[in-house]
Amino acid sequence: MLNDLEVGLYVFMLATFLGLEVIRRVSPLLHTPLMSLTNAISAIAVVGSLLITGAAHASTLSRVLGFIAVTASTTNLVSGFLITDRMLKMFKTRQPGPAAGAGK
Amino acid sequence: MSDQAVQYIYILSAALFVMSLKWMNSPKSARRGVFAGEIGMLLAIVGTLLRHEVVDYKLILAALFLGSAAGVPLAYLMPMTAVPQRTALSHAFGALAAALVGTAEYYRQTPHGAVMIALVFETLLGYLTFTGSLMACGKLQEVLPTRPITYRNQNVINLSLFGIAVALGVWLIVQPGESWIFPIFSGLALLFGVLLIIPIGGADMPTVIALLNSYAGLSAAAMGFALGNRLLIIAGALDGSSGLILSIIMCKAMNRSFTNVLFGGFGQVRKKAGAAEEQRTVRSASAEEAAAILDAARSVIIVPGYGLAVAHAQHKIRELYDVLTRRGVEVKFAIHPVAGRMPGHMNVLLAEAEIPYDHLFEMDAINGEFPQADVALVIGANDVTNPAARTDPSSPIYGMPILDVDKARTVMVIKRSMNPGFAGIDNPLYYMDKTLMLFGDAKAFATNLVKELAEAAKAA
Repeated sequence: MLNDLEVGLYVFMLATFLGLEVIRRVSPLLHTPLMSLTNAISAIAVVGSLLITGAAHASTLSRVLGFIAVTASTTNLVSGFLITDRMLKMFKTRQPGPAAGAGK
Repeated sequence: MSDQAVQYIYILSAALFVMSLKWMNSPKSARRGVFAGEIGMLLAIVGTLLRHEVVDYKLILAALFLGSAAGVPLAYLMPMTAVPQRTALSHAFGALAAALVGTAEYYRQTPHGAVMIALVFETLLGYLTFTGSLMACGKLQEVLPTRPITYRNQNVINLSLFGIAVALGVWLIVQPGESWIFPIFSGLALLFGVLLIIPIGGADMPTVIALLNSYAGLSAAAMGFALGNRLLIIAGALDGSSGLILSIIMCKAMNRSFTNVLFGGFGQVRKKAGAAEEQRTVRSASAEEAAAILDAARSVIIVPGYGLAVAHAQHKIRELYDVLTRRGVEVKFAIHPVAGRMPGHMNVLLAEAEIPYDHLFEMDAINGEFPQADVALVIGANDVTNPAARTDPSSPIYGMPILDVDKARTVMVIKRSMNPGFAGIDNPLYYMDKTLMLFGDAKAFATNLVKELAEAAKAA
């Protein structure tokens, strides 16, 4: 049987290769939104922060550190997702309006 | 709800994160990708709150509220030109969260073995990424000097500091009970983050930001190992590999080795430009003359750079694009991978100005078109157009792939003055016979160009 660490390493290895394959297909056009999206996703640290903050009999130190961590990662995930969407909304092909006659 | 069910929620959340990144491969599906990511995150948070370990909600709700209250304005009020700073800042926040959780975990249970190894990784990477990203943010916001700050024996000092931090980390792994070490270890990691970024100049920021992105992801993955949480491992690994790919792309675009960047570009003291002031002549032109040439052109390639972002000129460039296309000129944009201060920076600015993204071309796609272009209009870009990278082996950027603007029939460069660019490297492009220097602020000059072209249109 595998222990926790070994399972974790398998998961890490597979997720890394999956990430490399998926990200490689992202067009350079979207590299900035990509970075802010992965940033928002890495705010998954919020899970650990919640566990620390909400634990029963947590020490004051845990609570204070956890509180800061939850605040920081919530800020990250909220602003990360929202600004990514705001950026992506701006990417358009040809907008209605002035007839752009670029084709020659 | 049983903890078993929470595990299934986590699996769903991980799948959504993968889909989210997969949908980023095209601008058409990208917004769906963000939505998938949001749902994944929501599931992860709700699932965690339902776990039996979480009993006290007061502080959590306060922190969630506070974070959202800070996050919303940060997303909506941030001008697009400041996106690199914001990204660096959020790397800092993410890394801080990871480091603080690691710290709290350490004092809570003084773990041993594999968990302690993961915890040391998590806090080391977390703290150094936190201060490193803050420094990067400060440099990008220009509250800190953007020039590389160097001092004697920088490499030796930095590396030995890092070495001591790692040694203390190893000591902690062997003797987790020695709790006096932990604050020193954390302090050294924080200090090292600062020292790592200080010697790096603004032009290298795209690589550094991508690298810090990777570090922030890896510290989240390490947290996953410390807490035995696979969702964290997956999300952290995805983030880590994304940052890794982006930094490799940036490295290649600057012809720098990956190890060079992995060590934060240690000692990147660039040679001062040859002080020998040769009397070389440049030709300059007024907006009126430049507009006449643009008006007569059939195809124009615009090459934007960081100067465009500094001058907030993207909307004026859009007007220029409009007036030229209306006159029947074919306008394309050539984007160098490291133009600007983060990967994809120029694309976002031009998209903000509503320039259709199918007119933005990557370096490899457009380089073959310069010889047929009547005009290459360079706006606030410097090193990425420097032909010395192709021809002069003594140039510090020799070998770096560049946009071949010098092959266009006429080159126009909008530039504030003849000061060499950030890297302090002289650009022979400016002294070519076919090059016209358009001296002025990018936004002001573009405004004048638009005015002249509009008048020409009226007169015709």
